[in-house]
Amino acid sequence: MSAKQIDARGLSCPQPVVLTQKAISEGGESFDVLVNSNVSKENVVRCVEKNRMKAEIRQDGEDYIISVSR
Amino acid sequence: MKDITLPENSRVIVGTETSDDAGVYRLTDTIALVQTVDYITPIVDDPYTFGMIAACNSLSDVYAMGGDPITALNVVCFPTKLFSLDRLSGILKGGLEIMNLAGVQLLGGHSVDDKELKYGLSVTGIVHPDRVLRNNTIRAGNSLVLTKRLGTGIIATAVKAGLLEDDHYAPFAASMTSLNMKAGKIIRKYPVDACTDITGFGFAGHLKEMLGGKSMKITVDSASLHLLPGVLDYAGMGLIPAGMYRNRDFVGRLCSVGPNVDRALADVLFDPQTSGGLCISLDSARADDLVRELTDNGIEASIVAAVSESANPLIEVI
Repeated sequence: MSAKQIDARGLSCPQPVVLTQKAISEGGESFDVLVNSNVSKENVVRCVEKNRMKAEIRQDGEDYIISVSR
Repeated sequence: MKDITLPENSRVIVGTETSDDAGVYRLTDTIALVQTVDYITPIVDDPYTFGMIAACNSLSDVYAMGGDPITALNVVCFPTKLFSLDRLSGILKGGLEIMNLAGVQLLGGHSVDDKELKYGLSVTGIVHPDRVLRNNTIRAGNSLVLTKRLGTGIIATAVKAGLLEDDHYAPFAASMTSLNMKAGKIIRKYPVDACTDITGFGFAGHLKEMLGGKSMKITVDSASLHLLPGVLDYAGMGLIPAGMYRNRDFVGRLCSVGPNVDRALADVLFDPQTSGGLCISLDSARADDLVRELTDNGIEASIVAAVSESANPLIEVI
């Protein structure tokens, strides 16, 4: 996977999870997911953890940056 | 409604105060009207199935009040620019099949052009004024019996994501297209103290309404909950509707989830349901008999919670 960042801001559920799962399924091992709602943040973190990967969350204004890694 | 004051009326048996499933109005000493309206956006693609689901969902409120629905009106919001009228025809036919099954006479309806498709029914039913089942009259010593399986909101989200396994669709659709009619009739033979149907507020949200702010505790045995196939996996993947989080905030600190309850299962407690089952509160000594009779009649049911005295209103999930 080439993209290092998935911009899922403004997308309604379940699209942020679909994009995150796709990146993981394509072998992504280190990338950021940008979301701007608590719902998307919580759902993306669940998706990452279900895939036995780590999710680190930083808040930037109204956005959340979820750093995904092995 | 909180800013609107309604005039006093001694004929009103159930009004707006208790967020109950339907309004009830006394006509005579033996007949009260049960009135409700409910419409929803599509939860499945197939128009006929969606029509069936929306009709079941609308009629359910009358069964939850202990009543029998008798007439209905279609309520339709339809985007004529997006869809052909064949889709509308399919929806209305699906709705009619359910009304025919329920012995409900369709009398007409109303449609408007809208950006988003919505369908449901305005339903009129009847009930004996002394046999109205309210949602917030639970008592210590009751058990709660729940029919149908939980998880329609999460499964619908998995459908939207294109990640639902084929085998998981049929039980999801079958549950939502099942009327609560038979269960509604069976429970009349039992000493039921309260009843509601599980819909948009999720299981825990409806338990909050059943508590009605009273000093009682509902202890939910999470292992006894029946779930649609695949629900825990989809919830674990984050395929959770925004409504789950809203419901969790709505119930707030009233609900205490034990440390041994898996996070995905805890999410299911707040998952908004479409055309969910009935939650029946009755003397715990009769709860096994009720579950047996429901099960013998092909209705999935289990005892899921117990009601006890408490210093504060509380939903405890173990």
